[in-house]
Amino acid sequence: MIAGDARPVAPPTDAVLTDEGLTATGAANPAGRVLVIGCGALAREILALIRANGMAHVDLTCLPAILHNRPERIAPALEAAILGQGAGYDSIFVAYADCGSGGEIAKVCARHGAEMIEGPHCYSFFEGNARFAETGEVTSFYLTDFLTRQFDAFVIKPLGLDRHPQLRDLYFGNYEKLVYLAQTDDPALDARAEAAANRLGLAYERRFTGFGDLAAAMAGLPGR
Amino acid sequence: MADDDEEIILADLDDEELVLQMQDDLYDGMKEEIEEGTRILLERGWAPYKVLTEALVSGMKVVGDDFRDGILFVPEVLLAAGAMKGGMAILKPLLAETGAPTIGRIVIGTVKGDIHDIGQNLVTMMMEGAGFEVKNIGINNPVEAYIEALEEFDADFLGMSALLTTTMPYMKVVIDTLVAEGKRDKYIVLVGGAPLNEEFGRAIGADAYCRDAAVAVETAKEFMHRKHNRMAAG
Repeated sequence: MIAGDARPVAPPTDAVLTDEGLTATGAANPAGRVLVIGCGALAREILALIRANGMAHVDLTCLPAILHNRPERIAPALEAAILGQGAGYDSIFVAYADCGSGGEIAKVCARHGAEMIEGPHCYSFFEGNARFAETGEVTSFYLTDFLTRQFDAFVIKPLGLDRHPQLRDLYFGNYEKLVYLAQTDDPALDARAEAAANRLGLAYERRFTGFGDLAAAMAGLPGR
Repeated sequence: MADDDEEIILADLDDEELVLQMQDDLYDGMKEEIEEGTRILLERGWAPYKVLTEALVSGMKVVGDDFRDGILFVPEVLLAAGAMKGGMAILKPLLAETGAPTIGRIVIGTVKGDIHDIGQNLVTMMMEGAGFEVKNIGINNPVEAYIEALEEFDADFLGMSALLTTTMPYMKVVIDTLVAEGKRDKYIVLVGGAPLNEEFGRAIGADAYCRDAAVAVETAKEFMHRKHNRMAAG
């Protein structure tokens, strides 16, 4: 929980974004404001775009990023957030793509008149949906900045590879390479992503994407 | 887990104790112990099919139930499956020699665009354990590969698996092609995978959605039972 302003100045730690998300305290009067409800894995990027675009009328709430691993739980959590924290806002934007929900996120958005990000998942919209559709390889395993930082929490621990490293090839034997879709130029993250590839026994490729289609989606939010 | 001082000597256990111990070892994913226990029971004159059903399949049933109930998770199920695979590798050639009963024939594979085969490999193992003959055609299968395998293998069932919401619609492509070619009624189509549900299975025209490997086995058995009843009646 972020106390103070409706818009947190800085995001909480990655661990908090993973397990708890981010709760904007809400403006005293949400009328005339926009609420973005997104994945905790996108919190840093969304806050950066809010700042870069001078969107003082936009607040951000994030669901726990670890829902990435249980996509069937995203839509119900999203609907609860829309009905709860979204009450009174002029407009709600959902910073999720389909994200493995099988269309359930889109149904929630349709029920509540909210827009969402186009595309199958964040790997796709970070690279750009059109480009990803052309280049997305079936045998590639993708990481973003956030997922690189939280590789243990999202990959190693849930798959039991910390306790049972011998299972690695059962999970990843059909993959060929790990593709790090980089939102920022950070040599330390590059090194961590490459180490992750080595740990999974995969070839490594880094692609700088910046914020991809997320930037355009955020830029298209209603103005004041 | 017992320490060295308390190590259980499998060969010292009587048959009943050994089977129970093997079920525990299977639950704990202890492959070497399962292989040893399998050999001991065979040496004691147990029929391969009896070892399979009473020691291994019954043990995996507990694993499957606890997975369904949220007590065990994927890593533990994979370890248990690996242990069972060790026992199966010993039993499989013997089962072929002794003419163990075959319930039905299944072609199974992951759909085009999807390389996730953990689920279908579990189903393959459980189906084989239950007496089905399985042709596992692996990952990333186009419709042509399914149809060719179904015909070559003279299958009763088609099993399709997908982990991704982006690939699961391809199951409908396969079913629609079977319909278009007048082959749909020859096969019972079972579908499974994490993002699927019963509604999706119905919507694409599958005969059944199977939530997990144990359900797949029970569903397949039920369909074969109905098929035999229809044939007997007809």
